[in-house]
Amino acid sequence: MLTCKDFLRELSEFLDESLDPATKQELEQHVNDCPNCWVVMDTTKQTINVYKGMEPQEIPQDMHTKLMDALKKRIASGKCCDKPHPPATEPTAENS
Amino acid sequence: MAESLPFDETALVARAKAGDDLAFTELVAHYDRRIFRLAKHITQSDEDAEDVLQESFMKAYNNLENFQGNSKFYTWLVRIAVNESLMKLRKRKADRSVSLDEQLDTGEDTIVREIAVWEETPEQKYSQEEMRGILEQAIGSLEPIYRIVFQLRDVEELSTEETAEALGISVPAVKSRLLRARLQLREKLTRFFQRKGDDVFAYL
Repeated sequence: MLTCKDFLRELSEFLDESLDPATKQELEQHVNDCPNCWVVMDTTKQTINVYKGMEPQEIPQDMHTKLMDALKKRIASGKCCDKPHPPATEPTAENS
Repeated sequence: MAESLPFDETALVARAKAGDDLAFTELVAHYDRRIFRLAKHITQSDEDAEDVLQESFMKAYNNLENFQGNSKFYTWLVRIAVNESLMKLRKRKADRSVSLDEQLDTGEDTIVREIAVWEETPEQKYSQEEMRGILEQAIGSLEPIYRIVFQLRDVEELSTEETAEALGISVPAVKSRLLRARLQLREKLTRFFQRKGDDVFAYL
């Protein structure tokens, strides 16, 4: 029998739908029988949705101008030379 | 990510790699807001976030030839920005080192105090600005290890694996931190969004 603590431990993966069908079914059963866990599940889901729906603000115009100016300067200096050697921890190449 | 204008990342990246700098500036203009927000959420500083914004796009430009196209350009850019942000964060908190590698207990401190249903449409109760303020304040109040994982997984919508890789932590660590981050944010937001009635916290 699943406890509320067990349910909470699996909540994230339950919401991400990344559990195997048997575990998923157990959790579904628990959440249908346990009003408190249902509320926690529902409000956690809404928490995620509300952040996902948050549009980023426009950046201030002067910040955008500074960024573009710096970039233009970099572009004007050419691609071939003076490339800084990135530290080893930097993601200089994507994972393949 | 919802796009209002036609935007073909793959085509722009291909053009930028072939030396079309205008294409690169289009990528910058498209993603600057998101990268700034990411940096702001991690560093919690406008000044640091602006530096990160600029440094990230410079690094992306300088290293564009190393981008192989096996993941999305945006994911690659996020990884650069996360690294830059973490460097800032560590520099600023040199006395209280920010470690992403620290070991955590597994699952015993997932706290649930507030159990209350929310308003059906909390976003209608607050103006867009108020809503943004509430969400940013809540995420900003999380410990860095939690807010960064939440930011990457639930705001930037990177996969668990991409998040683990970007932060140099394990997949189980991402999962356990994400759970805690989500539950902590849920607690904080419940104070604002819970249905009116027997609720003393709704207007705090």
